[in-house]
Amino acid sequence: MEQKIALELKNITKTFGSVVANKNVSLQVRKGEILSILGENGSGKTTLMNMVSGIYFPDAGQMFIDGEEVVIASPKDAFKYKIGMIHQHFKLVDVFTAAENIVLGLEDEKGFDMPKYIEKIREITAQYGFELDPDKKIYEMSVSEKQTVEIIKVLFRGADILILDEPTAVLTPQETVKLFAVLKNMRESGKAIIIITHKLHEVLSLSDYVTVLRKGEYAGTVKTSETNEAELTEMMVGKKVFLNIERSEPENCTDRLVVDNISCVNREGIKLLDSVTFTARSGEILGIAGIAGSGQRELLEAIAGLQHIDEGKIIYIDPKTNQEENLRDKSPMEIRQMGVRLAFVPEDRLGMGLVGNMDIVDNMMLRSYKKGKSVFLQRKAPKSLAEDIIERLEVVTPSSSTPVRRLSGGNVQKVLVGREIASSPTVLMAAYPVRGLDINSSYTIYNLLNEQKKKGVAVIFVGEDLDVLIELCDKIMVIGGGKIAGTVDGRNTTKEEIGLLMTKTSYEDNVKKGGSDNDEKSE
Amino acid sequence: MLITILQRAVMQGTPLLFGSTGEILTEKSGHLNLGIPGIMYVGAISGVAGSFLYEQSVASPELMNPFLAVLIPLLCCLIGAGLMGLIYCFLTVTLRANQNVTGLALTTFGIGIGNFFGGSLIKLVDSDVPSIALSTTSKIFKTELPFADQLGWFGDIFLSYGFLVYVAIIVAIISTYILNRTRVGLHLRSVGESPETADAAGINVTKYKYLSTCIGSAIAGLGGLYYVMDYANGVWSNNGFGDRGWLSIALVIFSMWRPSISILGSILFGFLYVIPTYIPDISVSAKKLFEMLPYVVTILVLVITSIRNKKENQPPAALGLPYFREER
Repeated sequence: MEQKIALELKNITKTFGSVVANKNVSLQVRKGEILSILGENGSGKTTLMNMVSGIYFPDAGQMFIDGEEVVIASPKDAFKYKIGMIHQHFKLVDVFTAAENIVLGLEDEKGFDMPKYIEKIREITAQYGFELDPDKKIYEMSVSEKQTVEIIKVLFRGADILILDEPTAVLTPQETVKLFAVLKNMRESGKAIIIITHKLHEVLSLSDYVTVLRKGEYAGTVKTSETNEAELTEMMVGKKVFLNIERSEPENCTDRLVVDNISCVNREGIKLLDSVTFTARSGEILGIAGIAGSGQRELLEAIAGLQHIDEGKIIYIDPKTNQEENLRDKSPMEIRQMGVRLAFVPEDRLGMGLVGNMDIVDNMMLRSYKKGKSVFLQRKAPKSLAEDIIERLEVVTPSSSTPVRRLSGGNVQKVLVGREIASSPTVLMAAYPVRGLDINSSYTIYNLLNEQKKKGVAVIFVGEDLDVLIELCDKIMVIGGGKIAGTVDGRNTTKEEIGLLMTKTSYEDNVKKGGSDNDEKSE
Repeated sequence: MLITILQRAVMQGTPLLFGSTGEILTEKSGHLNLGIPGIMYVGAISGVAGSFLYEQSVASPELMNPFLAVLIPLLCCLIGAGLMGLIYCFLTVTLRANQNVTGLALTTFGIGIGNFFGGSLIKLVDSDVPSIALSTTSKIFKTELPFADQLGWFGDIFLSYGFLVYVAIIVAIISTYILNRTRVGLHLRSVGESPETADAAGINVTKYKYLSTCIGSAIAGLGGLYYVMDYANGVWSNNGFGDRGWLSIALVIFSMWRPSISILGSILFGFLYVIPTYIPDISVSAKKLFEMLPYVVTILVLVITSIRNKKENQPPAALGLPYFREER
């Protein structure tokens, strides 16, 4: 069966500043075919597709639609070539009905005829097997209904090439099944479909071909029927890279933090954390690996007292007195005073923990302002602390009174991590502390963590880069979909093993939903 | 007497209706224009200036062309108020200045302009009249509909006003229709609710913001013109317009961003405004308390809508927020 190539990319390259997001990526998708783009976080999947949909413009490379070279400079051009992208974050107006959102921005010379549009929407829903009430307001809809609106929006505009960015990330297993059925219907009717995903089982159950990206580079395309999970995982994570991070043997390990069976449920009733159990020990670095948004943030926040815990308990064992205390009943301030410190570096770096417009001294004071005795602020101690951090961590700044937002990303992170370490914690949680840092700054942070470990601090390190996790951590716990997928020894594990655990959990989750939790490991 | 009160209420309410319709159009694009009181002043003084210069240029009032006597102030008012809207837009849309600060600055500026020219126009033309009194023009503006005095109470309540009263109501009705029933309205609302969604859908966000703000300002300006030409009989007095601009903004909230409700709301506000004058032996302090009533009613509406928390009755979601297209 000869199918026509609908979209072809050749040697696409895109850089943001000095960061290479895509390098020489090529792919093709035919009509009546589903192509998966597989890759870890930050491997450039979304960037690549944003270029196809006209949001970014490639630095180099060619795009072909139906065999002809095209230039897509804006989302309007993408519409013109019948490319429709369904983003991970829906672009919908809450107070509008589904139909109003679908026709938004449409130019129609024949005038504005809502009943006619609704009729057409009903035709589309019937044709592909969607379930949607065109008159329902968006704010009354579930996530999956909103996604349906987004998909119909692009179909309504006559899209022939559909790109879905992580469409199942927000869906329940049942909704996923429904979505896949609809996608298969679209494939039957000759649409070319690209889905971006990092879930292996979806790739295997849905797509015809898989294109794998690894750190922005093209790792290859394989036919789904001729591949398996192990091969795809290897393509995804690549060969091991040696980093030479020094790792000392843990000494005098005692249990410091025992997390016992905690669960958290968000407002929509979705489980963010599901019976998580583990133990963090002093003098050890416990790594946490997982796809972004698998519950890492919620777990750390639960320990720090910032997240409401629905079930379970967190026992903190005081190193001096050996007394056990349940952190669940404590306020964040009390937990902090016990020595449990959280340094979370969010995507935008400044979002949590530091105030951009305040200088380094003032940011130090955020943690100590309650110590003062008079009504006036005492700037002396925080100032010397700030200067100490600047000197010790080699923060590049004109002075300690420079607003934090004027520092470069790496220096901001040093200030954040430095402040948490300066309080001589007993438990140090660092989430993505090297996010966006250059190699040298990253090593400064690794050394800081190692230093703390030698001092007998229980360090919990949430990281993105598997190579770093393997070289830095004594134990690595893999989290997926709010559950612990497994714990491995950092000294004799492989990237493939961790990679499989990361991607597999959500699959098992789906298969035996509500089943036993026997794939959890506890210490 | 009830008929008289109702008549006064409608006349009091008309400037508010113009102001609130204009402000609703602006707010639907996501811009909170607190410059409306100043813009209404500028609308008024522009119309007055145009009319004054026209009256001065003809030899005697009898020679005035009634068509021009209406058209000139009307156009001057629309242009003056529209220009104020353009200043506001340039600052808040293009330069992304803080909307509240810009609006308040324009209000101060607009009232200043009104009072300055209101006092100095006469000197400009070396005339000997003591103050600006455009009685001839005012008479044309106040022309009632035919049969107003022959149909008893019906004529008094419905037909006895100058044409701008009807314009205000028609503009409010047309605005409602455009907002709810047309593609332009849908696009405008999407810009105010979620500019990034509108942008992604290919809608020119900047164009919608500019147009709705400038048109909204021009409409609000008509409120000022009505006040001077009709309500105040063509006599300009400094600060005479009072707090009607702020009342218009309160009316926007009261009517939950619906020009159709504004029509009734403006009459209610007008009623509350005039009612103390009709209570015999009322003390000055009690009168002041009555003047508070429209604001109290507005606060009540705010409280009630907040408690009910119905999405449709909330302000546009992106109101007051500058829009940056995401760039990397």
